[in-house]
Amino acid sequence: MEEASPASKFAYTFIVLFVVWLFFTASLDPQELAMGAIMSLVVAALTYDVFTKAGLRNLHPKRVAYAIAYIPYFLWAMIMANLDVAYRVLHPARPIRPGIVKCKTVLNSDTGKLALANSITLTPGTITLDVDGDEYFIHWIWVPDEVLRAKEESEHVEHASEAITKPFEKFLRVIFE
Amino acid sequence: MSVLAAIGEILVLIGTFFYFLSALGLIRMPDVYNRMQTSTKSATLGSLGVIVGTGIWAVGKGHSLAWIVQTIAVAGFLLLTNPISAHALIRAAYKRGIPLWHGSVVDKYAEHLAGKTEANKTSEEETPEAEGVSA
Repeated sequence: MEEASPASKFAYTFIVLFVVWLFFTASLDPQELAMGAIMSLVVAALTYDVFTKAGLRNLHPKRVAYAIAYIPYFLWAMIMANLDVAYRVLHPARPIRPGIVKCKTVLNSDTGKLALANSITLTPGTITLDVDGDEYFIHWIWVPDEVLRAKEESEHVEHASEAITKPFEKFLRVIFE
Repeated sequence: MSVLAAIGEILVLIGTFFYFLSALGLIRMPDVYNRMQTSTKSATLGSLGVIVGTGIWAVGKGHSLAWIVQTIAVAGFLLLTNPISAHALIRAAYKRGIPLWHGSVVDKYAEHLAGKTEANKTSEEETPEAEGVSA
């Protein structure tokens, strides 16, 4: 994925900043809008180079649609995660079997990896410990049997990725690649 | 309008329940890694519930619609930043050498780090030799 032109990056940064401004002021008064536009232009001019690499390509309709579809999917995963936590905390026997496992991802972009790491942290029983290249090191509160019994490294990685990263990748690959 | 207020109150109640679970998890879990697991997830959803619930409740009580827009913005920022702080904390804990719980079953990260330092060592040992050959 080659980098977008500075104009495209600047436009994308400005749009994101302006939408954030709209949310924060929560008003459509022309004065507020003008001030928000000016401030967004200034901040976008200062920061567009570090803010994004893909520029306006991020606003491709298919990506936006997948991003919107991802929100309820992610919230559902989060609610399941919290029920999981509730079960482990309230259960008298405290059913935990923690360990650090290794996963591989197919995502290439840094933003995609960040989104995947965040998603992993907020979903049932997993928290991202470190990311190195395409390898994720994940602290899992209940390492399942098939991962635990895997003799070979590749088998271990395959089972762990199946359970942890695969469910999100099908969304994140479209949104960020 | 009171329906909205009731929804907001229920959301705040659910949020505080998850806050409670998060605090309980801090007490019950055996080591820093499992504590981060329980506290991060519950505290994030608990905050979302309380914050968005407050916004909905305020709108139901007749305050301006800006309440819900702004609370959703705050909740979005919280959702994006909370896991990063958790990741930074747990990684710093590991780098500082805090041991895993004795009941932990597998540690692939230690193997990875050991492999890395070994690779560094061999490359350091090889460099002078290579220079010697070229000289």
